[in-house]
Amino acid sequence: MSAILLKGGYVVDPARGFEGLADVVLRDGRVEEVAEPGASKATVDETLNLKGLIVSPGFIDLHAHLREPGQTHKESIATGTAAAAAGGFTSICAMPNTRPINDSPAVTRWMQDEERGAVVNVFPIAAATLGSLGEKLSDYRGLKKAGAVALSDDGKPILDDHIMREALALAAKVGLPVIQHAEDTKISHGNPMNEGATSFKLGLRGQPSASEWQMVERDIRLASQEGGRLHVAHVSTAKSLDMVRLGRASQVNVTAEVTPHHFLFTDESCSSYDTRYKMNPPLRSAADREAMLAGLIDGTINAIATDHAPHALYEKEVEFDKAAFGITGLEIALGATITTLYHTGKIPLSRVVELLSANPAKIVGLDGRGTLAVGSVADVTIFDPKKRWKCDVTKTRSRSRNCPYDGMQFYGKVRATIVGGKVVFSDL
Amino acid sequence: MKAKPRSLLGIEPLDSRQILEILTLAKRMNPARPRTTLRGRRIALLFYENSTRTRTSFEIAAKSLGASTVVIHATTASIEKGESLKDTGQTLQSIVDAIVIRHPSSGAPVMLSRLIDIPIINAGDGMHAHPSQALLDAFTILDHKKSLKGLKIVTIGDIFHSRVARSDAHLFSKLGARVVFCGPDVLLPESARELAPGVEIVREMDEAIRGADVVMMLRVQQERLSGMQINIDEYIRRYQLTAAKLKLAKKDAIVMHPGPMIRGMEMTDEVADCAQSVVLEQVLNGVKVRMAILVALLGAKR
Repeated sequence: MSAILLKGGYVVDPARGFEGLADVVLRDGRVEEVAEPGASKATVDETLNLKGLIVSPGFIDLHAHLREPGQTHKESIATGTAAAAAGGFTSICAMPNTRPINDSPAVTRWMQDEERGAVVNVFPIAAATLGSLGEKLSDYRGLKKAGAVALSDDGKPILDDHIMREALALAAKVGLPVIQHAEDTKISHGNPMNEGATSFKLGLRGQPSASEWQMVERDIRLASQEGGRLHVAHVSTAKSLDMVRLGRASQVNVTAEVTPHHFLFTDESCSSYDTRYKMNPPLRSAADREAMLAGLIDGTINAIATDHAPHALYEKEVEFDKAAFGITGLEIALGATITTLYHTGKIPLSRVVELLSANPAKIVGLDGRGTLAVGSVADVTIFDPKKRWKCDVTKTRSRSRNCPYDGMQFYGKVRATIVGGKVVFSDL
Repeated sequence: MKAKPRSLLGIEPLDSRQILEILTLAKRMNPARPRTTLRGRRIALLFYENSTRTRTSFEIAAKSLGASTVVIHATTASIEKGESLKDTGQTLQSIVDAIVIRHPSSGAPVMLSRLIDIPIINAGDGMHAHPSQALLDAFTILDHKKSLKGLKIVTIGDIFHSRVARSDAHLFSKLGARVVFCGPDVLLPESARELAPGVEIVREMDEAIRGADVVMMLRVQQERLSGMQINIDEYIRRYQLTAAKLKLAKKDAIVMHPGPMIRGMEMTDEVADCAQSVVLEQVLNGVKVRMAILVALLGAKR
């Protein structure tokens, strides 16, 4: 096997409360040593000089759509994970709305098969109900055994109280979190954007914020009765965060993630009917965006997740109300986070790493990841928080280009991504 | 001078000078005296939604200017076989000089204008905009009033679903009128206030109509209600324009309706046929204004 010395970098490892200049030795897929600069006596095959760069435990995306099996015209596990590597993600949790839906141990295993050509770790999130129809629970024990790290009917929220209750109870027994895409579709009606002054002006029907927060409220209520772990996917409204705060105050085990687009943009971005700003949940009001930033700062939000949702051009270059929901995001997550939150002085680097690595690892129970403690998995993200770069969608590694960030300038660039001790992306 | 807009996608992007230019030009237009301004030009009327007056109006306007027209109905074209708006637009682009489009999806003309390089004229898109209707409404008002500045223009009814109400509000606001919206909560959300400067919401019809110079009535678009509950009797009681209610407006107030009008619903027969009603003038003015729009966008010079 091989060994790499990460030399001269600034290690940020909030999981064990460490931050400082250190040399890190990776051997045989594990972190072997974290030493004072220059102090390591290890014999290595390769040395990466990382002066001026941040060495972080590998980023973990809790929410990505890899589209395989079934929709490889949008993305494949190989292309999606290549984009992930370029974005600094060493692990991605893949949502189950594939074709077929990943509601079986067989599909869960198939997705992790070496033949898929993944360049980073893929941890499937399996469907909480068979076919994500919200009627009958899937085989949680079998799914967990096959490698699923969470259960979710993402995109098809579990509306039925009884089923959600059963899902939380069984998931608690099995030891998996339930991830809910909180949307009461009886209120949102699949409408293409947020309800407000902009939707009125554009003549588009809107999703009221209540369609999200009322579902968050219900889920927290059910979780408080059933126990178990509830994770709120892509939270987007201020009131949803209030619900999370209330739930936590009454000891409910609830966590929440936010996407870069929900803390970067508002529904005004839809003003020219540009379908690259159409996703679900939709971009919300300026006040909601402010609440996302506040939640990232005060800890209400535990993780930043991309909701990377690739679509072919022909599925987006249509009338706004007919366009597919979703945008790509794996390659800009760090840039968005650094630019909006770190560069502006809102949060320190340790919090950036918490949001992108340490906390996601805890939420889906990836032991030995989300930290660079000795003995942990050698998943490492190396980035330069000061480096300025411009997003150019023609250079994306994703198969799709439904990316509103094209042409945007960011601070914070991924310089290398190491998975299991192997460099899978390098811009050093 | 600002470049004239190549496409007419809505009223919002226009300034008051551009609006007045079209209205002034419209005064010189008359379908009874055909012109040759657009001889040899080909205009496609691409209709994804049924329409009587707008389609006929644009067609007569184009022909009165010497242009040839081709009407494409979504139900009879490749569109029904699944062709995208992009492909239909790109196909038409190679054989016509301009596209007049009516589409049920808000923003469809905006999207089309990004994909192709010939002038696009929005003949109504979803609930978003109907700029030629707003221009003809303003033209009609100016037949009766010196200017829009300071006028109280009240629009009553189903504002939420109305592209006419939205385009009218932008235009009236740009020309300095007070724009008063009146209707029940479900058909008039509070956020409508932010549509344009000077837009007000008044829920009580009597108060809304008092002292108005123009009363614009809208049809309840039952086909777009999609689950919203409207009690028709209650609606008629609160929002129907009756002769008695019209008396609250100024003596010389005019009554307008973009059509199609449902007698007995938004207004009584008596009001529909009264001397203050200018509904039929709106129709004739529609042709003149659409001629002006075509000349402004496609004419070599004027």
